Amino acid sequence: MTRFTLDGREIPFRPGQTIIEAALAAGIYIPHLCWHPRFPPHGSCKLCTVKVNGRLCSACTFPTAEGQEVVSDSDELRRLRRRLTQMLFVEGNHFCPSCEKSGQCELQALGYYLGMTDSHYPHFYPRRDIDASHPEVLLDRDRCIFCELCVRASRAEGKNVFELAGRGIHTRLVVDSPTGRLGDSALEAGDLAARICPVGAIVLRDTAFRVPIGRRKYDRRTIAEVSIEEERPLLGEGNG
Amino acid sequence: MKPRVRIATTSLAGCFGCHMSFMDIDERLLALAEIADFDRSPLGDVKRCERCDIGIVEGGVCNAENVEVLREFRRHCKILVAVGACAINGGIPALRNRYDLGDCLEEAFLTGIGVTDPKIPGDPELPLLLDKVHPIHEVVKVDYAIPGCPPSADTLWTVLTALIAGDEPQLSGESIRYD
Ligand code: SF4
Ligand code: SF4
Ligand code: FES
Repeated sequence: MTRFTLDGREIPFRPGQTIIEAALAAGIYIPHLCWHPRFPPHGSCKLCTVKVNGRLCSACTFPTAEGQEVVSDSDELRRLRRRLTQMLFVEGNHFCPSCEKSGQCELQALGYYLGMTDSHYPHFYPRRDIDASHPEVLLDRDRCIFCELCVRASRAEGKNVFELAGRGIHTRLVVDSPTGRLGDSALEAGDLAARICPVGAIVLRDTAFRVPIGRRKYDRRTIAEVSIEEERPLLGEGNG
Repeated sequence: MKPRVRIATTSLAGCFGCHMSFMDIDERLLALAEIADFDRSPLGDVKRCERCDIGIVEGGVCNAENVEVLREFRRHCKILVAVGACAINGGIPALRNRYDLGDCLEEAFLTGIGVTDPKIPGDPELPLLLDKVHPIHEVVKVDYAIPGCPPSADTLWTVLTALIAGDEPQLSGESIRYD
């Protein structure tokens, strides 16, 4: 079997696997937000940045190769990832104490994992629209991190409800329906697209604050532990 | 004998929840009183801050007085610590940032449900509101931050004792929470 090294450990891989896939298969977590084992990579959040033979690369898109030397767990990368996470926090409106997703949110859990204690940068406090037109699903754009997981999931479901529009700081999540409102789209609460959002941008109504503090997803487990337990078994189920 | 440590605390645009959590260190307050003195703080009655070793700031910056107090803290405190979600990112008060300040005042004091004697308060004694609520690091340099809404008493204690001992405070794992 072919192998590469990750933080000094030999990792076996199958041809065509990306670094993040081979690492997770071997039980090693590489931070990520826009990558999900069931979908083709998006390569946008850069949280999965690793050093491959000394160069910075995205582990979710970069293919494995024999003899490659990959570094993921270093102080330098931890610092860079923390800065990226802080940027994601300041470019949206993230007020965790009042967020339905708190305790179950990947962005927040990643902040914990990376030891982020402040936001470092000035806050943008952007004005983005909230869409409460759907009876079962709420779209709070303030918390969107533009990972396109909902876009990819909806595409795979043949509905194409979501899309990113605009560029740069003006990027926003738009809904495909005659009115542009979620309530007039084909989205249903059972759709993966309504459930896959890693943050609190797309949330199911009537589920908020149901799980008591202390028993929420990331109250006792780190995002690394959850990823290995829950995402690792999904490897190879990709539909991209 | 070691010199005593001087600590000042304040609540800007916050709810005093972080101060309440601080009180939650319970009998450890007595241990703290053995080694530390409180300067300006809602815990005592000193109104102006003098030279301090550690300044603890709860709450963000929502009015002109907040800016003044915060700058005074920065001037007088060797180490400035942001405590809680509001000091760090504006927190719940910053939810008003998506609205026009004039609209907020109108709704609160003129047109809102249950308003009697509608009038926007304009007494010159009242500090002028800022257009937006800001985290404190946008106004002064902050040395350490303790997130949480509020941070737990244990977390506050861990950081405070480290700072008093002259060590670098280390927060990790379950002591970092944003809610
Ligand atoms: S989406 Fe996540 S990071 Fe943003 S406010 Fe909600 S819990 Fe916090
Ligand atoms: S709504 Fe959620 S899943 Fe969709 S792009 Fe935004 S953060 Fe990603
Ligand atoms: S996980 Fe690789 S870029 Fe987002």
